[in-house]
Amino acid sequence: MKLSFTSEQLQEVQRLVSRYPEGREKSALIPVLHLAQDTFGGWLSTEVMDYVASLLQLKPIEVYEVASFYSMFNLSPVGKHLLEVCQTGPCMLNGSDSIVEYIYQRLGIRPGETTTDGQFTLKTVECLGACGYAPMLQLGEHYKEHLTKEKIDALIESCYAKSAALN
Amino acid sequence: MGRKLLLEKAHVENIRSYEVYRKEGGYRSVEKALKTLSPDQVTEEVKKSGLRGRGGAGFPTGMKWSFLAKPEGVPRYLVVNADESEPGTFKDRYLMEFIPHLLIEGMITSSYALGSNRSYIYIRGEYAWITHILEQAIEEARQHGWLGKNILGSGFDCDIYVQRGAGAYICGEETALLESLEGKRGNPRIKPPFPAVKGLWGCPTVVNNVETVAALVPIINEGGEEYAKIGVGKSTGTKLISACGNINKPGVYEIDMTISVEEFIYSDEYCGGIPQGKKLKACIPGGSSVPILPANLLLKTAKGETRMMNYESLADGGFASGSMMGSGGFIVIDDSQCVVRHTYTLARFYRHESCGQCSPCREGTGWMEKILWNLETGKGCSSDIDLLWDIQRKIEGNTICPLGDAAAWPVAAAIRHFRDEFEWHVTHPEEAQKRNFGLAHYADPLTAPVA
Repeated sequence: MKLSFTSEQLQEVQRLVSRYPEGREKSALIPVLHLAQDTFGGWLSTEVMDYVASLLQLKPIEVYEVASFYSMFNLSPVGKHLLEVCQTGPCMLNGSDSIVEYIYQRLGIRPGETTTDGQFTLKTVECLGACGYAPMLQLGEHYKEHLTKEKIDALIESCYAKSAALN
Repeated sequence: MGRKLLLEKAHVENIRSYEVYRKEGGYRSVEKALKTLSPDQVTEEVKKSGLRGRGGAGFPTGMKWSFLAKPEGVPRYLVVNADESEPGTFKDRYLMEFIPHLLIEGMITSSYALGSNRSYIYIRGEYAWITHILEQAIEEARQHGWLGKNILGSGFDCDIYVQRGAGAYICGEETALLESLEGKRGNPRIKPPFPAVKGLWGCPTVVNNVETVAALVPIINEGGEEYAKIGVGKSTGTKLISACGNINKPGVYEIDMTISVEEFIYSDEYCGGIPQGKKLKACIPGGSSVPILPANLLLKTAKGETRMMNYESLADGGFASGSMMGSGGFIVIDDSQCVVRHTYTLARFYRHESCGQCSPCREGTGWMEKILWNLETGKGCSSDIDLLWDIQRKIEGNTICPLGDAAAWPVAAAIRHFRDEFEWHVTHPEEAQKRNFGLAHYADPLTAPVA
């Protein structure tokens, strides 16, 4: 199956491109890659990147080299819910290591791993700019801050509930 | 209680909406600038204000603006740096999230001064929800005639767009940011040419931090000279400090740079002291890149003077016994923490964020991370400490952009001030796994002048 954005998404691409002067359409690449990753399963396959290249009239390599540079772009499949735990200095001071350990106890995954049911991927990341609200993790577009074991339990339950509602 | 210029209204209910913001006096500075001042006069006010870049380097903003090349027929750009990624720093996020119109207001006036008809906010990709908040604010400003064509009948046109990054600390470096905004990898450019001459798409560009641009609002409203009266010496105006680590009240505080470090840490108005009766061991006062200081050198300078929360006092003593104001990311470390482990997390951060262009940084950050991990896990030897010192020396000053320096300084300062803690890890490898080194003498009064 050939993948494609919906017509609304294609309009969004046009809106993104229109924010730059003529001839500077390449600037829309990162915003369009975000849109593509959100649309096509949370990661960027070669097929998806080639599609983005064709949309913006870029060479595929121009897309690959950008996608591989930025840490938010996933180049391999991830679970439905991506738990990105910050572990840099200030979060470490506030116990981020124990958060990673607790997620392992709950879900049996270490950083970089995905649960066998494909629900969760755990990733450790570097400073997300939430140092005053540590320890924290990012889930989708949102930050979950001042984490405790109870909060992680609740978070995992709500993710399962969300997946169940979608099925 | 210090004066607040930026966050004074941040807690007014619904200040995020245009109506409330306007009712509270918002957008007055745009009216004043566009109706009564020429672009050069706005720049003149900024010069008079003594405002220094709030992103970390502290370069005078008015001077940076005056470097902007203005060739005939070539567009100029203002790009706001909202790629806040320095560990310990979360002040711009606070400002954009709670009082987004302040940034938009400051941007319109700045764009007018610089002649930028198309200005961009480059925001770190993880701040996805703030992107929506800013876009909403921009849309409201446009609907009320503050953006678009012929603003307030002045003949000045301006549009603002928000560009999301995708996770790269290096894009906070201004030329890497411009590369990223052009849709490329965030590799810093060789300077010169500086962005003021050749920036975004090869056109003259000014890149300013969020807080710097927001400061335009009080500067224009009150006048540059009045603004310069706040603060002390060359540290004029107010500064946002994001306080974190082992303190009772982490958060973003606006200070007028006349309070002492001790007051900032222990007063209930600010950090509220250290939790659980623990003691102050060390502090990184300006974001992870600046030198860490042990408690004694933090509270008093090597000369024995009270250290104040401003650019000059924090830097007093140079790197031998001082630090830097940096981005205002204030990380407090208590006596139960391990300096080696903390330094390791920072080294890992810089290894992760190095763009890989320059070998000293690409290779050196990886080596520093590995050696620090060995020391922390009891597998180090005493020559490792000297090797670490040697590596950081060889990174510093030998890279295209300041990330190399930023990676070297924390390691250098940790060894400079906490060498006995590193040595203890080597001599007590098993004990170091079970407990931390503790406070040792780090809080004792200085008995001999340092360096």
